[in-house]
Amino acid sequence: MIATQLPALQIIIPLFAAPIIVLVRRSELAWIIAVVANLMCVLVAWKLLGLVNEQGIIRYSLGGWAAPTGIEYYVDSVNAPLLLLVAAISAIVLLYAYHSVKKSVDSNKHYLFYAAWMLCLSGLLGMLITGDAFNVFVFLEISSLSTYMLIAFGSDRRALTASFRYLVLGSIGASFILIGIGFLYAATGSLNMLDLAQRIPDASSERAILVAFSFISIGLMIKSAIFPLHAWLANAYHHAPITVTAFLAGTATKVSLYVFLRFLFSVFGTQYNFEYLLFNVILLPAAVLGFLIMSVVAVFQTDLRRMLAYSSVAQIGYIVAGISLATQAGLTAGYVHIINHAMIKTALFMSVGCIIYRLGHAHRPSLDNLIQTMPLTCAAFIISGLSLIGVPLTVGFVSKFTLIGAAMEKGWWMMAALVLVSSVLAIIYIGRVADVMLFRKQRLPNPIPQGRNEAPLSMLVPMYGLIFMSLYLGVYGSKTLAVASEAATQLLGGFR
Amino acid sequence: MSPVWTLLPPLLVIPFIIGFGERFRNLREASIIIAGIWLLYLNNQLYSQFVAGEAITSGELPLLSYYSLKLSVEPMGLVFGLLASFLWVVTTVYSIGYMRGHDEKNQTRFYVCFSLAIAGVMGAAYADNLLTLFVAYEAITIATFPLVTHPGTDKARNAGRLYLMLLMSGSIALLLPAIIWVATAANTLDFVPGGVLADVGLSQSATAVMLALFVFGTGKAAIMPMHRWLPAAMVAPTPVSALLHAVAVVKTGVFVLLKVVTYTFGIDMLSTTEAAQFILPVAAFTVVASSLIAFTKDNLKARLAYSTISQLSYIIMAALLATTMSVTGGVFHIVTHAFGKITLFFCAGAIMVASHKTEISQMKGLGRTMPITMGAFFIGALSIIGLPPAAGMWSKLFIAGGSLETNNLIWIGVLMLSTVLNIAYLLPIAINAFFAQSDDPKIQAKTQSGRPMAVEWNEAPFASLWAIVVTSSVCILLFLFPQPLMSLIGSIQWR
Amino acid sequence: MNTILGLYNYWIVIILMMAGLYILIARYNLIKKIIGLSVFQTSIFYLYITMGKVDGGTAPILLDEPASYSNPLVHVLILTAIVVGVATTAVALALIVRIYESYDTIEEDEIKAIEMQEQDS
Repeated sequence: MIATQLPALQIIIPLFAAPIIVLVRRSELAWIIAVVANLMCVLVAWKLLGLVNEQGIIRYSLGGWAAPTGIEYYVDSVNAPLLLLVAAISAIVLLYAYHSVKKSVDSNKHYLFYAAWMLCLSGLLGMLITGDAFNVFVFLEISSLSTYMLIAFGSDRRALTASFRYLVLGSIGASFILIGIGFLYAATGSLNMLDLAQRIPDASSERAILVAFSFISIGLMIKSAIFPLHAWLANAYHHAPITVTAFLAGTATKVSLYVFLRFLFSVFGTQYNFEYLLFNVILLPAAVLGFLIMSVVAVFQTDLRRMLAYSSVAQIGYIVAGISLATQAGLTAGYVHIINHAMIKTALFMSVGCIIYRLGHAHRPSLDNLIQTMPLTCAAFIISGLSLIGVPLTVGFVSKFTLIGAAMEKGWWMMAALVLVSSVLAIIYIGRVADVMLFRKQRLPNPIPQGRNEAPLSMLVPMYGLIFMSLYLGVYGSKTLAVASEAATQLLGGFR
Repeated sequence: MSPVWTLLPPLLVIPFIIGFGERFRNLREASIIIAGIWLLYLNNQLYSQFVAGEAITSGELPLLSYYSLKLSVEPMGLVFGLLASFLWVVTTVYSIGYMRGHDEKNQTRFYVCFSLAIAGVMGAAYADNLLTLFVAYEAITIATFPLVTHPGTDKARNAGRLYLMLLMSGSIALLLPAIIWVATAANTLDFVPGGVLADVGLSQSATAVMLALFVFGTGKAAIMPMHRWLPAAMVAPTPVSALLHAVAVVKTGVFVLLKVVTYTFGIDMLSTTEAAQFILPVAAFTVVASSLIAFTKDNLKARLAYSTISQLSYIIMAALLATTMSVTGGVFHIVTHAFGKITLFFCAGAIMVASHKTEISQMKGLGRTMPITMGAFFIGALSIIGLPPAAGMWSKLFIAGGSLETNNLIWIGVLMLSTVLNIAYLLPIAINAFFAQSDDPKIQAKTQSGRPMAVEWNEAPFASLWAIVVTSSVCILLFLFPQPLMSLIGSIQWR
Repeated sequence: MNTILGLYNYWIVIILMMAGLYILIARYNLIKKIIGLSVFQTSIFYLYITMGKVDGGTAPILLDEPASYSNPLVHVLILTAIVVGVATTAVALALIVRIYESYDTIEEDEIKAIEMQEQDS
């Protein structure tokens, strides 16, 4: 009985947790409810993934209204792993959040914070699970609005302006998606993605489809911070509470990328002639310029959060580069990097969160010799940093190997070479931080207090949990690769 | 027996090293020596199994879907594995004397990183495919990085930065794409006798580019201009310089190249195309240029470092000449140079501990106070130069023979020129130590009074001295009895 | 002529959309930006409603016999979108209130100047 209702539960649990949290109002209790709801989400996502592996695609008609009239939830090998990823990352960061939030957010606002978090989670999961184009927009706005709120919780007043700017850009992006969906509906008379995929080839006006496609693409490119539409990201990641940043870095852009992939491959299909234009003239330069320029920019940042934010845009560039190859190998590389980068970047932001928790800032030049006082945090940062660089036995290596292999397979040698250049830049920006942490003599007038000053266990344990998970998947890379390859086949094969 | 077991002793000893720590340092060092002997035993087991004709492979760990981590035993790896494990024991004994005599700090960290590096070397030695080799290669880089920065001075920090930048960016930006290129071209990364690239239709220029990516990407092989890290890394404690920067790390570099030439390209493929001809001059230039630079260095360790660069490029040349004879010589040279150079480094360390001298110009007459050390230095120098009765002669002979096979006399000329330079920068140190006047007034007085034997010996601690004697005698033993090693190398399947 | 007059509601949509975007980009006042955003979103609502309109069609409520009626689905969609738009405006206005409290201004260029100063110090 419950098994058949799993897709709905995936959304309903966090959605209902939010009002309950608002009613409860006590911070500790709010946190506990959020954690429990989130863990249930993880469980549901796990079950769903198992079901998909077992019996293939799951289609669930919401409220019993059959598709294409009603809203349909659609779980296949593309979004099932991402559901688990998003739910798990959210759970890990939420476990980690307790102390960090206690310190950085007003105690009488905790319940609002966790309620917004739950809303954001349900929005993200909804975007992943839904098979209805308009529903994507609704869930996108649910997650976006709660994200604006979460960012505004930042302790610095610049968080407010960062949130506002993100709101403006995000709303434009969402509106573009709305326009695109409108045109799709006008051209085909359907909103169900499966139905759309079947009707688009027969649509009377190819121009309407092209317009729809362009609007949706631009909207999603804004939401997934693909260079050069990434302007909102750096400020938002910098000034948001660090837990929110860790959460968003691992989930928000990834989910938008998933929706992008879904529209690109499943709904529009690869047979359209304007796809060539999109892949080669827009996505490829955006990806390559993105990971090159943003890596250079990251080198010159002094704040770790900002550095990692720019690095995120660069890493999204890798994912888009994989997508723009539009081959089985390329999509596998892009997809596997969605998973891997989510783990790496979340872990990195979590370690920065530990630093901020103790020092109150993350200013690179002031982290002199931090290894003495916070060895575990520094180790976490360096391990994840190595993963970002792509050192063997880490997940980063798995992604990078697949991506370069895919580029070479298609004969795009230049891209393979540029990916490597950008990796070297990653060595530089991670190396600069490691250098200060490990070796620099203390020379500030008010040095970091001596002796062990490690972040609380409740922060370290989830962080290391994530790191061990990513190391495990780095060694057994074929597991994620198999999942990604399956997803790529599914995407290239269209809806079945 | 699976070759994976060879990873066990160096990894298993780490908890013991940390557990015993500074408080029970005798136990700590004993545990390392036990692990070393165990490792040597395991390698010897592998050797006897191999000689008995068994195919020895490990299970697979699928790191990437088609490519997995896997170990297997073949002659080249066996030579390297035996060499590294034997020298680990010797170096550990040596460093007990050195580290205590020098009163180094953070010895526990030192030994931990050292063991990690050895585990990496074992992984590289028995790597069954390029992916495994690459993983081990990177592991060694990371494990040895803290050893370079060990002294904690600004100089050490800069050296560490250079070390990491050159080795890591080199391997990620050049070696990794070369490996992925092989994977896409040949659909396999396995080491196969005769190579995997012969039939995949790579053009000559593509082959040359790929080979260049391998040669320059393997920063540990220290071909110019990737050599800068090696002299810089000499700030590390002498045992590190001795085992890692004269043996394990750099030899991993040339080992990668020998493996790639033999089992990925295949020597037939390389010798029939002109691909290697573009890189051979660079290797030859490195041989001569670094010998010349060595000549100008007054610091003993710096001179030895440049000498190492030059000797490594011998092996790179041997690999690029790609004849059976030259590659045999290259593998042999890994061993002979290892023993020769480790002896020299041990001596340099012993001189530093016993008489606190680092510059060559201060070492005149040192033979009177440190006769055993300087005698060993002499033997090591002979081996590096390639004169009898030291083992270096054999390997140089083979490399020269290999270049004769290709009918290209210019490479022989390079070898001869370099040998002359070797003589010029190494032998005077030993000769001056015994025959020149010492600068030390006390010793001067005693020798002038006609009683040179009355000078008191001032040798390094016994543990260090013992290690020096062992390695220098191996230099001579390998000259007298090269046969077992030769037959092992001879069992490489070329095609 | 027919394309201009016959499709006049699409032209309105385009004019509104461009006006909204222009305000959003060209004005520094945060409130005005939000007004621009609302105009922009409203134009999209018009776009949807226009699409669903059938000439002479009625509302599909309690129809006794088959008659031509306008597409009801777009109205439902736009009801949802209006709710989303209102929520966006509400969040934005709340943010503006907070921004005014902490910066004492809602002019973007002044805020930027203040932030630049903060970074320098």
